[in-house]
Order: sequence, then structure tokens, then C-alpha cells
Amino acid sequence: MTSRKSRDGRFGAGDLLGEAIRGLAGHPGRLALTALTVVLGIGALVATVGFAQTGQRQLEVTFNAVDAVHGVVKPVDDNSGLAGVAPTAVLPWDGDQTAARLNGVNAAGLVSEIDLDNAAISAAPVIDPMAPPTRVPSVMAATPGLIDAVSGILTEGRWLTWFHELESQPVAVLGQGAAELLGVSRVDNQPSVFINGRSYTVIGILEQVERVNGLIDSVIVPQSTARRVFGLEAPDELQVKLKMGAGPMVGDVIATALSPNNPTGYEVLMPLPPSQLRQRVTAEVNSVFVILGLVALVISAVTIAVVTFMSVMERRGEIGLRRALGATRLSIAAQFIAEAAVVGLLGGLTGAAAGILATVALAASRQWTPVLDLRLVGVAALLGCVVGVLAGLLPAVRAGRLEPATALQEGT
Amino acid sequence: MNPEADVLLRLEGVSRSFPGPPEVLALRDADLTVVRGDYVSIMGPSGSGKSTMLNMLGLLDRPTVGRYSLAGQDTAPLKDRDRTRLRGRMIGFVFQSFHLLARRSVLDNVMLSMIYGGVPKAQRRQRAWGALEQVSMTHRAAFYPGTLSGGERQRAAIARAVASEPELLLADEPTGNLDSGTSGEVLEMLEGLNQAGLAVIVVTHDPEIAAAARRRFQMRDGRLKEVL
Ligand SMILES: Nc1ncnc2c1ncn2[C@@H]1O[C@H](COP(=O)(O)OP(=O)(O)O)[C@@H](O)[C@H]1O
Ligand SMILES: [Mg+2]
Repeated sequence: MTSRKSRDGRFGAGDLLGEAIRGLAGHPGRLALTALTVVLGIGALVATVGFAQTGQRQLEVTFNAVDAVHGVVKPVDDNSGLAGVAPTAVLPWDGDQTAARLNGVNAAGLVSEIDLDNAAISAAPVIDPMAPPTRVPSVMAATPGLIDAVSGILTEGRWLTWFHELESQPVAVLGQGAAELLGVSRVDNQPSVFINGRSYTVIGILEQVERVNGLIDSVIVPQSTARRVFGLEAPDELQVKLKMGAGPMVGDVIATALSPNNPTGYEVLMPLPPSQLRQRVTAEVNSVFVILGLVALVISAVTIAVVTFMSVMERRGEIGLRRALGATRLSIAAQFIAEAAVVGLLGGLTGAAAGILATVALAASRQWTPVLDLRLVGVAALLGCVVGVLAGLLPAVRAGRLEPATALQEGT
Repeated sequence: MNPEADVLLRLEGVSRSFPGPPEVLALRDADLTVVRGDYVSIMGPSGSGKSTMLNMLGLLDRPTVGRYSLAGQDTAPLKDRDRTRLRGRMIGFVFQSFHLLARRSVLDNVMLSMIYGGVPKAQRRQRAWGALEQVSMTHRAAFYPGTLSGGERQRAAIARAVASEPELLLADEPTGNLDSGTSGEVLEMLEGLNQAGLAVIVVTHDPEIAAAARRRFQMRDGRLKEVL
């Protein structure tokens, strides 16, 4: 008699799988129909994750461009009534340089609005008092780093430089709107604008900025020039452009760096880290569709169970025969479980493929980049397999319990 | 020579009743001793308990009362797993309705008898081929059962039964679905196997087959009687 250890040649995993696959191949139509329900369930789940990942990536792309990398620091609003609790701090004149030295800050610039009542601003040195009143651009002050901090784009000329700032030069950059009001469209001929009679050489025209929309309709002069000429008392805002994901880190230290004695005197607005954003988005999208996919999987499990049960009843003769040939209850049960598992596996793989196709189709229809973690295919196949095993369990146990004599007699 | 060593199986006072209602006593107080290489036939009207008896001998069913020992071992205390192993190792079956799997080739059907029995994979094909040779069916090895004649199907089933090299062949009306010409073929085959040393117990309605056996039994209402 063979010892228990020498199982070599006994009904093993290879035999089991072979019998399961041949058993299934005997009924290809039934196999396809059963697997289809798994395809639907797994496909829905994979597509859900694919949609979520693709959509979220898209969101990040759009979001990154502006909000995820821009931050702002300004003094706490005096009129908020909180002034007594947190005394307003003043932004230092060189706050942009302080900020630029911080880890995670790519660019920093100060910006202020200049309050000029009834300012006379024109492209001509003398204003004709008889001329009809026109809309007048506003005046703002900025430091050299602002252009990068607000991702500004120039159509003409160049932006304010450190030379202009340090020497308080009478120069100006015109926002697109201001340039149109003043009738300036080129800078290569060194046009001037006049503010209350003082001349400023126009060195550039600003076409587009993020965050500080007022710049477009303004005449922008160096900060030091504004202090000297207009008596600017302190900068209004510090704009910063950050490295991706540096928002929380910079937010922690920037106020202290600007004013070690009164860091709470600032209002600091920094972007959320992208990971937090991702969690928020996926959580929202997934919860709804994952439930749908799970419902589909439960339906497919029931289908597999019913079909396997039918198969057991139909194959009683075969079961009896196998028992007569030496199959134990366990081998019989294992065969039906293996058949259900293979159905689940096939359904899982096909479902994963369908889900990927759906994701690609969705992305293509919106001209997005499809994003899908391919490890998902493995998970999907495994999930299908598990569903198959669970569904096959009950009918398989029934099959194992059939009495061989009865099974042989009843099934032909 | 020790006669006990020659005993293949022994039934002592074996009964089998099916709890009703109505309760059926399919086998009543049967005594039977079969030696190695024996050739036994059982005749009897339909419903007299012949299949019940064969199921008992084949370990497909258990006696309600009495003792059944196979190869010197009492089968009553055996767990299902050990009964199955003993059955797979020692007993081959041939059925009236063949019980061939329709979607497997003849060769695959024959190999099926070896996947549970501990025959290494590499040897199965070769042994199946040998079994098909014994029943002159090698030319049909790749055929599917549906394309075979009744006689060929039963020969394939016999090949399956002997491929695992059992000591006992149980045949339940093996010619019940065959015409007299092919019945003769099957009879020859059983005789050949018996001469090669296999013990054969055949249930049959065919007097010719019954007459070929060394010992003949008659069943009536669950009672087994030897025809002397
Ligand atoms: N599983 C069963 N349950 C109830 N009665 C059965 C069962 N199997 C056989 N019988 C009964 O036992 C008797 C003997 O049956 P069987 O051994 O099949 O007869 P035979 O093979 O001689 O035609 C019959 O009356 C039959 O109805
Ligand atoms: Mg019968």
C-alpha cells in the first residue's frame, strides 16, 4: 500500500484543473453565459476605478496649473473685528525675498494697489481739459518676482527688473486693459505714460496673469518707485508660486519667516496637497459605482451557484462513475469548485479587459489621458475567482455528498 | 496452501433494506465467498436485488446488517476515504449503460480510471493504450463515444475498468443493451480477462454468459442461491 506521503500520481492540482477545464469545455454556451455575469460585475468595478483615476488625473492636471501651486499671504483684515485679538502685521518691503528663500517656494512677489483720487493718467504729457472724460486705469506697484509668482505672460517688452526696483526707476508695465485705454500697443518706440504729470517709460505689456486680475487693467510701477512717489505705506499682498505639494510645508513657516514676533498677524492661504485632493475625489466617485459593481457581483455569484447546481444534478451519472473509479467526496467537490473558480477567473479577466476598454473609450471621447493602475487586472481576476469559489461551494458540497450507488442509478 | 489467503471477498449474513415507506428488503441474509481469479455469474428477475448486491461488493453501498470483508479486511469500520481508496485500487466496474463521458475521447475515458488511483501521469497514456489493445479498440482511441456502436462502447468501458489493474471486475448486465452478436464479443472478453487472473462477477439475463462462469447464482426476492 502506498504511504500517505507518496502522493505522487494521486489526483493533484494539475488533474483537478484539467478535469475542471474539460468539464466546462463540454458546455461552452453555458460557460459563456455564466462568465458573462461576472464580466458585467468585474467590468463595472474596473471601469469605475478607471473612470475615477482618469477623471481625477484630469482634475489634477487642470488644478495643478493654477490652484495647486499658488499661495498668498496678506495682513489680517483690520475691519474684521479680530484686530484686537490678532494685531495686524505689516508685510515687510523685502518679504518677497524672505519668501523666495523658503524651501518649496519657486517665486515670490509683492503687489499693492495705489490709491490715487482723480489721478490724471494718459499717454500725452498735457491733458486737454475740453476732452470728454474717459475711463482711467488704476495704478499698482509690484516687485520683480511677481511676474513668476502669478504666472504672468508678456506680449511686448519685458517685466520690471531688480535694477528698476533698486533705483526706483520711472518705468511702468501696462496691463493689456490699461494699454488699450491708453492707446499703447508697442514698446519698441519707448512710449511714455503720464501719471499726474510725471512721465514713466513703458517697458512691457502684460497679457495674462493668474490670481491678481486687477493687474490687467493697471499701470504697474516698481514698488520702490511707488513708495517714493505715491507714499505707499506697506505692501498689500505677497504672492508665491510653490513646488507641487509644498503648500502645507510652506504654510507652516512663511508667517514666522515674515514676522517672527507676530506670525498670527497674517492670513495665509496655501493649496491643499494633491494627495488629499485625490482622496477626496476618489472617495466621492467610487462610493456610488463600487456599490453598483458589487451588486452585479452578487448577482453573478447567485448565477454561478444556480448553474453549478444544475450542472451537478445533470451530471449525477458522471459523479457516480468518478466515485466508482476512486474519486473521494473531496475530489468531487473540488472539481465543481474548480469549475466555478475558472468561470470566475475567465469572467474576471474578460471583465477587466472590458473595464479598461470602457475607460479608454471614455478618456478618448473627452480627449483625456486614460489612467488605470494595471495591477487592477490581477485584482479583478482574483476577485472573479473568489466569487466563483464562494458561489460554487454549496453545490460542490452537494455533489460530494451524493451516494455513488444512487448517483449511478439516477444519472445515465 | 492456505485457503484463507486465496479468499478475495466474503459476505456473511449480509442484508440491505431501503427504509420506505414501504421498506424494501433488497438483499436478505446473503452468504458468499469469492476466491482470487474466480468467475461468478448472478441471474434473476428484475428487482430481485442483483444491483444492490453488486453495489455492496463494489463498496458503493454499505450493508444494513452483516459483515463484508474484502482482501481479508473488514469493510465496516472503514471511513469513506479509505473505502474509496480500496475501491479505486481493487475494483473495476462495467455498467449496462456504459457511463462513458460523451465529450471525452475513448482514450481520455479510459485514462479517467487512473487519475484517482495513484498512477503517475506519465504512465497513464501508455497503460490506457495497453487496455485498449486488450479489447481491440486502439483504432477507436480518438473517437468520441457517440460515434461508436454499442459493442464498441462496452469494450471501451471494459478497457477503462481494467486499465487501473483491479483484482475484481463487477459487471452489471454488461450485455443488457447489446444484440446477441456483440454480446458474444463481450463474453469472450470477460473470459479472456478471467483467464488472465482477474476475478469476475457478472450479473446477467443471458444464460450463455451465466453458463460460462465457474459458479452460478440465482437471485429471487433478495435471496441468493447457488445453482449446483
Ligand atoms: N435506492 C433505493 N431506494 C429504495 N429502494 C431501492 C433502491 N435501490 C433499489 N431499490 C429496490 O430494491 C429492490 C432491488 O433492486 P435492484 O437491486 O436494483 O434489483 P435488480 O438489479 O435485480 O433489478 C427493488 O425493489 C428496488 O426497487
Ligand atoms: Mg439491476
